Formats: sequence, structure tokens, C-alpha cells
Amino acid sequence: MTDASRPEKPSPPPTEETRAYWDGCAAGELRLQHCDACATIQFPPRRFCSGCLSTDLRFKPASGRGVVRSWSIVRYPISDAFAAEAPYLVALVQLEEGPTMFTGLRGCNLDDARIGTRVEVEFERRGGDVHVPYFHPI
Amino acid sequence: MSGASTERTLRGSVAIVGIGDTEVGKLPGRNATELTIDAAARALRDAGLPKGSIDGIVTSNSMVDPHMYHAETVAEKMGLFPKWCMTLAAGGATSFAAVHHAAAAIATGLCETVLISSADNLRTGLTREAATKQQSSTADPQFEAPYGAPVPVSYAFVARAHMHEFGTTPEQLAAVAVSARRHAGLHPGAEKRDPISVDDVLASRMIADPLHLLDCSLVSDGGSAVIVTSADRARDFPHPPVYLLGAGEGHTHEHISAAPSLVSSAAKESGEQAFSMAGLGPADVDFAELYDCFTPVVLIELEDLGFCAKGEGGTFVEAGNLDLGGTLPTNTHGGLLSHSHPGNPGSMFALTEAVTQLRHDADERQVEGAEVGLVHAQGGVLSSHCTLLLGRDR
Repeated sequence: MTDASRPEKPSPPPTEETRAYWDGCAAGELRLQHCDACATIQFPPRRFCSGCLSTDLRFKPASGRGVVRSWSIVRYPISDAFAAEAPYLVALVQLEEGPTMFTGLRGCNLDDARIGTRVEVEFERRGGDVHVPYFHPI
Repeated sequence: MSGASTERTLRGSVAIVGIGDTEVGKLPGRNATELTIDAAARALRDAGLPKGSIDGIVTSNSMVDPHMYHAETVAEKMGLFPKWCMTLAAGGATSFAAVHHAAAAIATGLCETVLISSADNLRTGLTREAATKQQSSTADPQFEAPYGAPVPVSYAFVARAHMHEFGTTPEQLAAVAVSARRHAGLHPGAEKRDPISVDDVLASRMIADPLHLLDCSLVSDGGSAVIVTSADRARDFPHPPVYLLGAGEGHTHEHISAAPSLVSSAAKESGEQAFSMAGLGPADVDFAELYDCFTPVVLIELEDLGFCAKGEGGTFVEAGNLDLGGTLPTNTHGGLLSHSHPGNPGSMFALTEAVTQLRHDADERQVEGAEVGLVHAQGGVLSSHCTLLLGRDR
């Protein structure tokens, strides 16, 4: 941040349940939880499997690819930290493994966003060395 | 209900016997808790009831003036001594869920006469920034908030998906807002009463593509209350009772990324339960009050509740079916789009409007011969759903 008067974009605060996920992002890898008991793949990370409530969950690298399930343009962001970027694209991206993520779209003109576009993950480094996943068209 | 005595149903068990709306819009200097009591006092007057006859109370917490024990605080300030007391939170669905819970409490003997009152002052009690921040605080702090998107974006996802899947047009979305505004023009208490056209909606500034400003509901001050009592007692009041005929709920998720679908919702299950309890179907409904925080929600509700086929909501609306004189007059008070939207209390005004219609007291905007009305609300983003069927006869 060069402009001292502008607040920084939020760095998500990892919790015990999500630390391995955010560590993955910092390593350039999107990780999803897989349940050893019932094979559910879930996101966001949590202590219990939403399929069978088992705690036998393991983080595995995801493909990092998915499709745009829907999209919109942020023109009035919730914080001034995003003002310089607005208007910008956000999307629901369904990963190849199944779960859907709320995320941002990069490398795509506002006019070119389409449902069904195939996308791949990238990461934006923020304060506290937190890396936030974004997606760009493949 | 003519079923066996072992059958458990709320059908016809309770009635709404009092209603009260405060003024809405900008009410500077008014406190949310006092507005809750203002609405309650109006409902008691309408019912001709002394406050001492209230033995149950349901409120919803205020965003501007929250209390850890909200219903208890309201009871304390009103000098009530309820034996059943609940602060309910189901977002936009709170008002109708409150009636559902109150009916269950009355039917099981927990209490006899319930006050449901709900108010907030989001318009003047919070700065615009604080209001945006408050509403966006529902975003998951780790997995949604990092992208800076305000609430309308989540509904924009819904609108875009409906357009993609079914060919719904921005003009069809706009028709929902135009119809609501026409009805608001006939309601002396509505906040926005000047007529608008489809072109006006499309020319209003883009908030979250494809949603324009006039596709989005208002931000208001105001509150509203109802009195619910057992059907057996309900005949002894100044106004004809409005009976609960059916009720249903469905809750699928909280965050939009976890929604099972972007184009259909638990309004389907919620509506099916309500129709089944009432022994009625969509064709029996004379008018509807549907949650309209953003225009695409109305299309999905019309489809999921069975008023038209999935994907045909846009065509249904564009054909004028929602207008007075149409096949399903909808949001006859102007809805959240044009009457008012003080946050979670917003759907209370749909409830008092439905009662007004069923009392045949709606003057210029009266749905002729209205016998059965449906109200439906949702909270979150297509998350929490509650449907009620209300009627003049048990």
C-alpha cells in the first residue's frame, strides 16, 4: 500500500480449522478437505464432515480449476480498501472437485464475463502474508 | 380440520386479531425499541385489547439498538409479564416464522395471546456506511469478506443465473418493481409512491450487474406488529379474525456459496408444507405478498410456490399477473421495493397488508373478494424460508 490514508484490504484471520488451507494458499496450492469415512469433499474447511460428521478429514491439493457458476460486478465495495479496483468482477466458481467458492475474477474484461467460463486459481498476497485465492480464465 | 383427533395440525388453530404499522421512511430521532413498542400499542388498540391480556411476546433484535434480551427488554418497557418470550432471528423470514412459532405455542397451551412486534431504524439510525457494513457482516470473514462485495452482489449472482438458465430479461426483472410501485401509489403509508416505468428501472444506476438501483429494496425506518390468539377466542374482537390455514418452513444454507441452487430454493418445500396443511393449492390463492428484497427473488418464489413453472417467472410477471386485477395480485402494499424495508422487520408489513386485504379494508387497492392470501419470506440469500396461508374462514 502506497497510499497511507487508504485502509488495507482485509487479510482473512485463519482459525485452527482453516490454517492448513491458508498455509496451502501461501504455498500456491488450493487445498480441499476430503473425508476418509464417506468420501465427501468440502469447502470451506471445518472440523466435522458435513456428509457424516466424521472428523477423519484430510487436506489434499485441488486441481485449482473450475467453472464460473455466476458472476457480478462490484461497483460499491464494502470498504475503501477496494475503491481503487472498482468496478471489478466477483464470481461463484464451482471447482472440478464439486464445492463452490465465492471469489474474484482476474484477467477478464468486465464485458467478457460469462457463466460456464473455465477458470484457474491464482493468489493475491495481502498483509500478514495471507494469500487470497482469485481465478482467471484458462 | 376434519381429520382424526390424533392428527396434529395448526390449521385454523389461531387467528390474527390486531395489526399496527408505524409510519415508515425517514423517522429521525426515533429509537428502534420505542418504534417496536409504538407498533405494538397500535396493534393492541386495533384489537381493542388491554396490554395485560398479552401472555406471549415475540420480537426481532434491532441492528441499530440491539439488546441481549430483546423481547424481555420490550416486555419490560411495555410493562408486560409474558409467560412465553422469544427473540427470533431468521432474517427476512423472521416475521412469518414468528407467526408459525406463536401458533405452535398457542396450540400447545404455552400461552393464549401473543404480541409479535418488530421495528428498526436503519435509514436514520445508521450512516450509509455503517448500514452497508452491518449488512455485509453476514459475509463469511475468511471466505467472502476478502472480496469486498456488498449484499446486492449475492442476489446479482441469483439474477444472472436465472437469466442464463431461462432467458429471463432485465425488463422482466424490472416489471416486478414497476408493479410494486403501482401498488404503493395506492397505499397512503408507503414510502415511494410516484409511478415508475420499466425504462426508469433500466435507466437507474447499476448497483451490482444486472441489478439496477430500482431492482433493490429500500432502506427504511419503521415497524409493525400483530396480535395472534386462539381461534376459539378470535371472534370477540372489533375486526373479523384472519385465520392461519397453513404454515411451512425450509432452511438450506447460510452463505450463497453453499446454496444447493441459484435458481430454486426451499420456498418449494416451505410452500408444499403450507399448502398441504391448508388442504389448498396455488389456484386457491387470491393474492400473495412475496419477499422482494431484490426483483429476481420474486420470480424464484412464484416458481417454487407453484404459481408458474420453473423458469417462467419472468414471462408470468411481464404478462401483468402481479397487478391488481391480474391472476395473482402481489405485494399489494408495494413490498420492500416501494412500501418500506427496515431490515428484518420488513416482511411484517406484508403480514399486516395480508390481514388488511382479508378484512376487506384495503380501499383502493382491495383485491376483490379476497378469501385466501399467501405470504412468503426468505432470509439470508435464498436461505431461510417461511410460507403462511391466511384466510377469512377457518
